[in-house]
Amino acid sequence: MIRIACPFCGLRDETEFAYRGDATVSRPPADAPIEDFHDYVYRRANPRGWHVEWWHHAGGCRQFLKVVRHTMTHAVHSVGLASSTQVVPPE
Amino acid sequence: MTQGFRTQTGGRIDRSQTLAFRFDGRSYAGHPGDTLASALLANGVRLVGRSFKLHRPRGIFSAGAEEPNALAELRGGARREPNTRMTTAELYDGLEAASQNRWPSLRWDLLSLNGLIAPLLSAGFYYKTFMWPAAFWEKVYEPLIRRSAGLGRAAREPDPDRYDAVQAHCDVLVVGSGAAGLAAARVAGAAGARVTLCEQDFALGGGLLSAPAHGAWREATLAALAAMPDVTILPRTTVFGYYDHNVVGAVERVADHLAQPPPHTPRQRYWTIRARSIVLATGAHERLIAFPDNDRPGIMLAGAAETYASRFGVRAGSRALLFANNDAAYASLFALQDAGIAVAGVVDPRTESAGAEAARARGITVWADSQVTGASGGTALVGARVARRGAGGGDTLVVADLLCVSGGHSPAVQLASQGRTPLEWSEALAAHVPGPATLDQHSAGAANGVLGFAEAAADGARAGAAAARAAAADIPLPGAGDAAYGLLPFWEADVPGKAFVDLQDDVTANDIRLAHREGYKHIEHAKRYTTHTMGTDQGKSGGLVGAAVLAAARGERVQDVGLPTFRPFTSPVTWGAIAGPHIGQQFAPTRLTALYDWHVRRGAEFMDAGQWLRPAFYPIPADADAWASVLREARAVRKTVGICDVSTLGKIDVQGADSAAFLDRLYTNTFSTLPVGRARYGLMLREDGIVFDDGTTSRLATDHFFVTTTTANAGPVMAHMEFHLQTCWPELDVQLASVSDQWAGMSIAGPKARATIGKIVQDLDLSDAAFPFMAVGDGSVRGCPVRVLRISFSGEQAYEIMTPAGYAETVWTAVLEAGEEYAITPYGLEALGLLRIEKGHVAGSELNGQTTAADLGLGRMVKKRGDFVGRALSQRPGLTDPDRPVLVGIRPATRHDRLRAGAHLVTPGSTESLGWITSVTRAVELEGWIGLAMLRGGAARQGSRMQAAFPMLDETVEVEITSPHFVDAENLRVRG
Repeated sequence: MIRIACPFCGLRDETEFAYRGDATVSRPPADAPIEDFHDYVYRRANPRGWHVEWWHHAGGCRQFLKVVRHTMTHAVHSVGLASSTQVVPPE
Repeated sequence: MTQGFRTQTGGRIDRSQTLAFRFDGRSYAGHPGDTLASALLANGVRLVGRSFKLHRPRGIFSAGAEEPNALAELRGGARREPNTRMTTAELYDGLEAASQNRWPSLRWDLLSLNGLIAPLLSAGFYYKTFMWPAAFWEKVYEPLIRRSAGLGRAAREPDPDRYDAVQAHCDVLVVGSGAAGLAAARVAGAAGARVTLCEQDFALGGGLLSAPAHGAWREATLAALAAMPDVTILPRTTVFGYYDHNVVGAVERVADHLAQPPPHTPRQRYWTIRARSIVLATGAHERLIAFPDNDRPGIMLAGAAETYASRFGVRAGSRALLFANNDAAYASLFALQDAGIAVAGVVDPRTESAGAEAARARGITVWADSQVTGASGGTALVGARVARRGAGGGDTLVVADLLCVSGGHSPAVQLASQGRTPLEWSEALAAHVPGPATLDQHSAGAANGVLGFAEAAADGARAGAAAARAAAADIPLPGAGDAAYGLLPFWEADVPGKAFVDLQDDVTANDIRLAHREGYKHIEHAKRYTTHTMGTDQGKSGGLVGAAVLAAARGERVQDVGLPTFRPFTSPVTWGAIAGPHIGQQFAPTRLTALYDWHVRRGAEFMDAGQWLRPAFYPIPADADAWASVLREARAVRKTVGICDVSTLGKIDVQGADSAAFLDRLYTNTFSTLPVGRARYGLMLREDGIVFDDGTTSRLATDHFFVTTTTANAGPVMAHMEFHLQTCWPELDVQLASVSDQWAGMSIAGPKARATIGKIVQDLDLSDAAFPFMAVGDGSVRGCPVRVLRISFSGEQAYEIMTPAGYAETVWTAVLEAGEEYAITPYGLEALGLLRIEKGHVAGSELNGQTTAADLGLGRMVKKRGDFVGRALSQRPGLTDPDRPVLVGIRPATRHDRLRAGAHLVTPGSTESLGWITSVTRAVELEGWIGLAMLRGGAARQGSRMQAAFPMLDETVEVEITSPHFVDAENLRVRG
């Protein structure tokens, strides 16, 4: 079980959160071609290593957090607000 | 029977009290402090089970959790528990146990004939023999294998005991209470850390329990720990798993040492412990040595024999022979000699050693540079054959009924490895030791490859200080002993025969070599092909030995072959502990609406709707059956008026200057054009273009909307809104609040709906002109605030009244009284479903995650201008294909034929499914059954006939394809 330090609520168990996937993709503008929407919904990098992803604190403050998690070790490097810019550390 | 093998003095048992117990129906006696294994040994019982596959006779092999052989069914009836390790089962008065895997009896086991055909039962046997024909698996092979190769039998009755779950936190978790663990806990506790110490044994002390010389240090340290208020000590608690971020799972056997749990006491507790730092002082496991027939009853790990003698006052035999490659095992033998066991000698593959010297000084014969080449005896050991290594000459039969084996000691690194610590090879131990930890984790003592009590305690003190982030504290340490070890790696006697590397799974060294020859050369492949280390003991005694055999076959070093991945559970855990209190009603929450008590008083039949309990219908004595109730309720809605509890609908309050713009981006509809005081039916897509949810959205003020969702999607729609608001459009001024539980809702539907509520709703003009279809307004009922929405799911004139949940029953009762003159009828979920199918409204069966707006006949609700979630991808060719299945209505050609949801629609003579029925009901507005279906080319097929096939019941019904709107297609009634 991983533990996530919510900036609002403190260190909490994974069971309070819902995973919401890749936080490096963003919704294309309205006039973007359909291919951009396809990539937004379906294409993912699946990295082995650090990954920026959305975790919804569904059982807490209801905020979507940007979490930098290592996909192999499950280590959490940093947790920030949805509006934050999270920097991926070198491997 | 007397305890003929019990010593007169010594050990940690209470000879003043006698406990009676039964094994395989025979009565025995033991003492408090005994395990089932030690008590059986004290009574001279040597044969305790049959092996898993070959049904070979087996005895007690170890004195702890690593036991491969001595598994029993403990207790009886509903409490019967199979595969209990006798070596950890604490003796209590009246204990009942039975041996396993034998028929008809332990001594005369017919299936031991398996041993005669053993050459056929080699590695991969199941894969090779039972491959073909496939149908034979289920009917012949599997039942046969299950009968002959099984372990114990589980109880068939429900478990009568309770299991608890504990969520715990600590600064420092110490696993293991040997010298290292106790020292670590003491140092960490002295530094002020909140410490939890888990010990799987019922007694604290680990190896100290078998070392009387260190008894005083153990007592003093335990007393010091007991005086520290922030140190929690949990005996009988096995840490079975080390998970991410220093979270561990442990199970505390609260009442397993009693015949049954005392009142108000759980049998076991499942601990989830979050530790800032973890000290792993889990000790080491002694290794077996592979030699022919090394599984005979009477062959035992040397340290285990010492434990029985020193801790339990039990002689595990009368005449002991030691086969060991290290000096520590000599100390074990000397303890046996001190306990009065005759010593036949020592077989040592080393040419010379400190141990041999000490043994000779005690007058013990030592066969140096020698090996055991075989064991004699069937159900009890008679002796062992001893030969010089590599001599090629004859061997000597040495008479002994106890053969102590020690192939060295492997640090118990299971938890460290689960905790992401890489393992390193120790040449001195010929075993893996923990490398540098990546988590806040500190291995200590024997688990860290440190030998000797004094050295282990010092290592524990170091680890405790590091874990507590304190300077090393000065605590008393046990006196130093003789730490000579001098191990020579020696895995297998080089003679042919059945030499086991895994006693529980009946895996021999030859099986490992066979797996290698057949291409299973990777340790993980060899493991699965042979089942090596896959038993309940997880290969604690023979795992590395098997790896060494594989390494030799590969021509590599052991350390280059590696070990299979260690995973939870390190020891077996009962399902009861895993389920904990989350059983029956506690498995998931049950949600009740504010009107639940009223429904109960009215005699409602309830049904599950997700976590909600909702009235299905309200039977009255005149109803012949459930259908009679449902049809009566639905007719009342069509003819006069009915009332239904719709409190379970999801409700979201949306406020803020940009609320309308926000909803425009989430729904296919436009809400910015919705006037204040009006509601609109809304459709929401997923970003991939598939329909997600529907509901009504009311505009209460320019910047204030009230959104309803389907019951099932209340949570997901809220999360969907939050996601887009927070991550896609954070610039919007919008606030969201889920108010599903705050508002109760009731639907009043039927031609007399307005006449009914018009009598009681105040402060709101309900006249058709002032409050037309899709109007919304606030008013009051008997002083309770209400929000009235003129919306309809049934197709009749209808109103939904929302009120704060606390007022629900007052308002509901007021409506019932007002509707009394029209015989207002409460209706349940079944009638609600019937009415919506007649009206052709879609619900969960149609909003199934595969359908588009156009598929459901809702294409007109998708705006042509402006962006919204799902817009782009809903235009993909696959989702706009005109040949997609679309919503249609279905009626049986013979009106009273029954329709079934899930039936496939085919043309006569064809087996190609063109669609399927999604929802069915008996109708009230029409005769017989009706249904909704998704059908290819559905629009063009309206008016034609097809067949609805339901192969599971071998049913085929001729059906008419119709419009999905069976009632009032022009939608006039809702405006009436």
